[in-house]
Amino acid sequence: MNALAPQTGLLPGFNDPVADSQKMFRAVLEAMSRPGTIVTAPVLPVAPQPLNPVAAALILALADYETPLWLDPAARQPAAIDYVRFHCGCPLVEAPDQAGFALVTDAKSMPPLSAFHLGSDEYPDRSTTVIVQVPHLDGGEAWRLKGPGIRDQAILAAGQLPSAFKAWVQDNHALFPRGVDLLFAAPGQLAGLPRSTLLEG
Amino acid sequence: MYVAVKGGEKAIDNAHALLAEDRRGDETIPELTLTQIDQQLGLAVDRVMTEGSVYDRELAALALKQAQGDAVEAIFLLRAYRTTLPRFGASQPVDTGAMAIRRRISAAFKDLPGGQVLGPTYDYTHRLLDFALAAEGAPRASVESAEAGLEPAPRVTDVLHHQGLIEPSGNGADLPGDLTRQPLNFPAGRDLRLQNLARGDEGFLLALAYSSQRGYGNTHPFAGEIRMGEVAVELVPEELGFAIDIGTITVTECQMINQFKGSKDIPPQFTRGYGLTFGQGERKAMAMALVDRSLRAEDLGEQATNPAQDQEFVLYHSDNVEASGFVQHLKLPHYVDFQSELEMIRRLRRENAEAAQ
Amino acid sequence: MQQQTKDTDARRQWMGVLAKSDESHVVQLWAGLSDLPAWEYLRRPEVGLVMVRGRMGGDGGPFNLGEMTVTRCSVRLQNGVVGHAWVAGRSARHAEMAAIADALMQDGDWRARVGEKLLAPLQSKLADDRGRAERKAAATRVDFFTMVRGED
Repeated sequence: MNALAPQTGLLPGFNDPVADSQKMFRAVLEAMSRPGTIVTAPVLPVAPQPLNPVAAALILALADYETPLWLDPAARQPAAIDYVRFHCGCPLVEAPDQAGFALVTDAKSMPPLSAFHLGSDEYPDRSTTVIVQVPHLDGGEAWRLKGPGIRDQAILAAGQLPSAFKAWVQDNHALFPRGVDLLFAAPGQLAGLPRSTLLEG
Repeated sequence: MYVAVKGGEKAIDNAHALLAEDRRGDETIPELTLTQIDQQLGLAVDRVMTEGSVYDRELAALALKQAQGDAVEAIFLLRAYRTTLPRFGASQPVDTGAMAIRRRISAAFKDLPGGQVLGPTYDYTHRLLDFALAAEGAPRASVESAEAGLEPAPRVTDVLHHQGLIEPSGNGADLPGDLTRQPLNFPAGRDLRLQNLARGDEGFLLALAYSSQRGYGNTHPFAGEIRMGEVAVELVPEELGFAIDIGTITVTECQMINQFKGSKDIPPQFTRGYGLTFGQGERKAMAMALVDRSLRAEDLGEQATNPAQDQEFVLYHSDNVEASGFVQHLKLPHYVDFQSELEMIRRLRRENAEAAQ
Repeated sequence: MQQQTKDTDARRQWMGVLAKSDESHVVQLWAGLSDLPAWEYLRRPEVGLVMVRGRMGGDGGPFNLGEMTVTRCSVRLQNGVVGHAWVAGRSARHAEMAAIADALMQDGDWRARVGEKLLAPLQSKLADDRGRAERKAAATRVDFFTMVRGED
């Protein structure tokens, strides 16, 4: 790195880091406690390629220097790398199973959920939270969700996921209390799919 | 067991107002400023920073003011405040060898490179109350300045190490454990023990260190070196990728040198105990170094039968915020517990009386 | 490569001086800099903690000593040059001035002026303060003289 090179490409993060992080955290809490519910993102920062603004806001709100972050190969572009390094200060890891958070921007080529850190029986909380960027939350294959936080059933139809994704989610649920938690980041919206949620049918 | 009891709200509000009035005292007397506390009660500030585990003189001064000078309460306030701030990163380990020295003494070597520098010390004072200080505006002692500064002062332990007479310091993990993030497990590594001792209560460590000298431990220590002064704190920001100085802090370091008879594998040599505190904390640094060495008993194949050598005993009881919390929780209402105990005593007495008849 | 190392060293040096100087001194000298270019925040001043590490035995493996407060700030000048600051303590103003100065020092048009009017006086004050403290400490250095012992 040239210390004197003007770093003109770096984008600003949250306008108001404390308040915006809290709003976004609140939205994540809502999405995770009511799986399948589509939550409107309260803050939309300018995002570096190839992240969408919701994915960027989630990373800004959640990742910090104590949470190793895994970026999928498609996201490993200088603009995105500089952005997360600067704003979150988080270490970037090569192996998905070392990540506290993972960001998938190209879902079609993502590794199976079992490739991430699944937590241990003693510390199930240490598993990876996987953020999957999707083009929409209501045009894909409709899944019926059951479990904690869902009164009767919820429908989630996130778009453009790998064909094996549903089976991965089911296998992930079977590991409970271990397993990853999923956040879907669509344009302007997010939805959560924690490990406690069961997919029906 | 304690139960929630309602009805105290008004009393609590009034009690806090009364506390605030007591804290302020007579309003015809000028109020203390944080700068006054920082400048004139500096050693109290240093202790609160070390055990409160946050280097920030102004915050420590505020904590002392709010706690009416009660160090343990001030430490609690500072610990509580630190939980509200995000952690940005960790520094490069500070280099005490490059310290801008203000005090440096060795009880092991008289003539050592860099010399013995007494600095601002209470040693050699007569511990007579100085009534000149009671009169405000007492003339200030004039301080001498030498023509030249100090020569470089290598650590005494480095000198011994070059001659192979002292054990090496040993490399720990690249990433030291952090007991503010992960709960303590036993046996705890020396990195975690030192962190625990650095945060530990000075009085507790002092008493343990004293016990180890008086026979509850098998240490024959020399104060190899004590140094106090300023060190730069370096950090590598993610966005830069190289280290920069972010500020200067005052620290006190103590290197205790202890006899070691050797074992099958290791020749007789000196071993080390280490103490490091924020600010000027010589008594604490010395006590910490003695207890650090005591806690290494098992690692060095020595018998560990005394309190100062017992990891669980020392590390679980060193923290004055935890200790104060558990002792003081006894003030919480235990009305139900006590009623049942009262009931039991009465029943036992009744049964004894009946049996006697 | 060598030029890069030199540039990095120079930047490390001025960032350190800006961080270690007293805020009041930076403010005072800042007033002497006029017509500064426009800038915007990349990261507003933010207060947090850095864990200070020591080494076992002074030269062994690292351990966590305790935290310190620090304020960081990043700015971008109109021409795109980015400046960063990490400054001990909780002063937003200090961190902001240090970040702007870091950007200006990377800018060929400003470097000489900011170097002369800000960095040079800050650095000489730090050196003076350190020298003064050291000479006071040196006056408390013990000069041993050995007493004559024994029969001869």
